[in-house]
Amino acid sequence: MRVALFVTCLADTLFPQVGRACVALLERLGHKVEFPAGQTCCGQMHVNTGYQRQALPLIRRYADTFTGFDAVVVPSGSCTGSVRHQHAMVARRHGDNDLAWRAEQVAAKTFELSEFVTDVLGLEDVGAYYPHRVTYHPTCHSLRLLRVGDRPLRLLRHVAGIDLAELPDAEACCGFGGTFAVKNADVSTAMLADKMRNVLATSAEACVASDSSCLMHIGGGLSRLNAGTRTVHLAEILASTKEKR
Amino acid sequence: MSTFGGMPVAPRGVGHLRGDEPFPVAARRALANPQLRRNLAKATTTIRAKRARVVGELPDWEELREAGRAIKAHTMANLAGYLERLESEFAAHGGTVHWARDAVEANRIVTDLVQAAGATEVVKVKSIVTDEIGLNEALAAAGITAVETDLAELIVQLGRDRPSHFLVPAIHRNRAEIREIFLREMDGVDPALTDEPRALAEAARLHLRRKFLSARVGISGANFAVAETGTLCVVESEGNGRMCLTLPDTLITVMGIEKVVPSWADMGVFLQLLPRSSTGERMNPYTSMWSGVTPGDGPRQVHLVLLDNGRTAALADETGRQALHCIRCSACLNVCPVYERVGGHAYGSVYPGPIGAVLSPMLTGIEDNASLPFASSLCGACYDACPVKIDIPSILVHLRARHVEEAARTSRVPSPEAVTMAAAAWAMSDPARFAAAQRGGRFGRLLGRRGAIRRLPPPLSGWTRARDAPVPPSETFRQWWRREHGDGP
Repeated sequence: MRVALFVTCLADTLFPQVGRACVALLERLGHKVEFPAGQTCCGQMHVNTGYQRQALPLIRRYADTFTGFDAVVVPSGSCTGSVRHQHAMVARRHGDNDLAWRAEQVAAKTFELSEFVTDVLGLEDVGAYYPHRVTYHPTCHSLRLLRVGDRPLRLLRHVAGIDLAELPDAEACCGFGGTFAVKNADVSTAMLADKMRNVLATSAEACVASDSSCLMHIGGGLSRLNAGTRTVHLAEILASTKEKR
Repeated sequence: MSTFGGMPVAPRGVGHLRGDEPFPVAARRALANPQLRRNLAKATTTIRAKRARVVGELPDWEELREAGRAIKAHTMANLAGYLERLESEFAAHGGTVHWARDAVEANRIVTDLVQAAGATEVVKVKSIVTDEIGLNEALAAAGITAVETDLAELIVQLGRDRPSHFLVPAIHRNRAEIREIFLREMDGVDPALTDEPRALAEAARLHLRRKFLSARVGISGANFAVAETGTLCVVESEGNGRMCLTLPDTLITVMGIEKVVPSWADMGVFLQLLPRSSTGERMNPYTSMWSGVTPGDGPRQVHLVLLDNGRTAALADETGRQALHCIRCSACLNVCPVYERVGGHAYGSVYPGPIGAVLSPMLTGIEDNASLPFASSLCGACYDACPVKIDIPSILVHLRARHVEEAARTSRVPSPEAVTMAAAAWAMSDPARFAAAQRGGRFGRLLGRRGAIRRLPPPLSGWTRARDAPVPPSETFRQWWRREHGDGP
C-alpha cells in the first residue's frame, strides 16, 4: 500500500510537529509514508470565503499530486471534508468535468487520520502511551461532514496512561470557522469563550482534537487567558510512546 | 430593478428582509447584552433537549426527513402546475385567489380587501410572511389597526419591537420585561399584574377576547396549502389563531407560493416533521384547515393572496432553491451556535438564523444581504437538524461565491480581501512559491513573546483581539522532511 501524507498547509507552516507525529505513528505501525513535495493546500479557505475560481488550481494540484497513491492520510477533518465534499463540486461548477472526475477518485482514497487507522488499518490500540489528563473536542467537520463518530475516542481510550475527561457540550462548535474567525471575530470569540469554559471545567491538562485549525483557535484563547491548559493534536498523542514522548 | 438569477427580487423600502447594518456590527451589539444571551441560551437549550427527545422516539425519522425533502423537491419542480390546481380548487369552494408579484402588490391587495369590508381593525394570526412584506405598516398607513393575537407576537407588537425567532418571536424577552410591557401598553390591565406566566397569559387573554369578538376581518399566513382540494392549513399552539380564522366575516390569507403541497398524503409527513422539529411536541395543539367557504359556518368571504416577492428568483438558483423547502420550524435556529449567541435581530430580516442567512439574500438579491452568508462557522448543525434536509452549509458556501463573483463583476477595484485571496492562491498553486511564502512568514517569529503572538496587524487584528497567535516554528514540516528524507518525488 502506497501511503501519502497530506500534511495540510496549516500544519506544514505552523504546526510541523503534527506532521512529524503522523509520520512517526504510521511508521511505527509498519507503513512507509511518502510526502509528495508538490502538495500545498486543499483550497478550503478560498472555497469557504467565496473564491472558488482561485481554488481551482489548488484542487487541480491536489488531484495531480495524490493520484497514484493507495491512500492519502490527512491530520485534519476539515481538509479531508473539503477534499471529499468540495473539490468535485467546485470543478463542476466551473465546467471542468475531467477534474471533477479525478477529484472524486482521489477523494475516495483520502482519509482523515482516525478514519485511516480504524477503518483502513483496522486498529484501535496503536500502542501509544500518554500519561496526561486530556479532554477530546470533536471538530465540526470530522463530526458532521465526515461522520467519524467515536473513532478518535476509541483510539484515545486505548492509549496507555491517559486520563480521558468527558468534555461538556462537546459537539458545540468552538467558533473557528476559517475566515469566520476574523470576519465575525466577536461571535467567534463568544463561541470560544463557552468552549474554553467547558474545557477548563474538565481540569484537563490538554484539549485534544483532530484539526490544527480549531486547536489554533482554542489554544490561542487559552494562551491569552494564561489558563495553563494546552492543546494537542490527536496525532501527537497517538505517536507518543514510553520510549519516545 | 435588482435581480437574483435574472429574476426580480423583493423590492427595497418595504417589509423586513434587510437590516440597517452588516451582520458583524449588529452581532457585536447583541453580544454585549448579557440578559439577551442568558435568555437565548436558556430557551435554545431547553427546546433543543425537547426536540431531541421526541425526534428520538421515531424509528423512521430519517426516512421522514427524506420524504419531506423529496415532496418539497418534487413540488418546486412542478410549482406552476400545483399553484394553478390550488387556485382552481380554492375558487371552486367559494374562495377568491389573488396573485401578488411582490410586497407592494400584496399589501395593496390586502388593504383594498380590508377597506372593502369596511373594517378599521383586523385581528391577525401569527404569520411571518405578513411581517416579511410589512403588512402591519401598510395597513397603518391606510388607517387600519392590525392586532397581533399570538401571545409572543402581541408582546413584540406592544413592546414596539421586532420578532427574533420564528416560533418564539419574543425569545429575547423574559417575563419581567413582559410584565413591564403589559403594564405600560395594555388598556385596562390590572395594575397588580405579577410576572407569573399564568397571570401574564390571563391578562393577554382578557385583552384579546375583546378584539376577537369585535373584529370583522381576520388575516393569516399558511403553513401548508393542499393543492388537490384547495385547502389551507395553519398550525399553532394557543388557539388564538383559530379564533381569527373562524370568528370574523372576512378571512384573508397571505401565503408564499412555496407553501403548496400536492396532496393530503403529503400532510401526513409534514404534520409529523413540523411539531417535533419546532416545539418539540409530538403534535401541535391546534391544526386548522379550511377549503373556501362553508355555508353557516365561519367566514363568509375567504381570500388567498399568493406571494412571490423574490421566490421565483430563488427558484432560479439551482443550488439555493432548496431553501424554499423550509417549513419554518426553527430547528436550525435552536441548534445554531451563532444564533444562540446573537439572537434574531442581528440578522436584520424576519428570517433569522441559518435558514435566514440563505433565504434572505436570495429573496433580496445577494448584495442587499451580503454579510449574511458569512454569518456562520459552517459547523453543519443546521443541516443535521433540518426536517426537510436543506443543506444550509452548502448553500452558504454557494452564496459566498455568488457574492464574490458579483462584487468582482460590478466593482472596478478589487477589495483588499480579493487581492489577498488571489495572492494566497498564486503562492499556494506552486510548491516553490509556497515554500518561499513560508520562509517569509517566519519573520512572524519576531512578533513572538514567550511563545505566542499577542497582536497582529489588520486584517488579522480581529484574531488577536481575544486570541494569541502561534509563533511560526523555526522549521516547517517540509523543511524537516527534506532534511530527514532528501528531495523525493
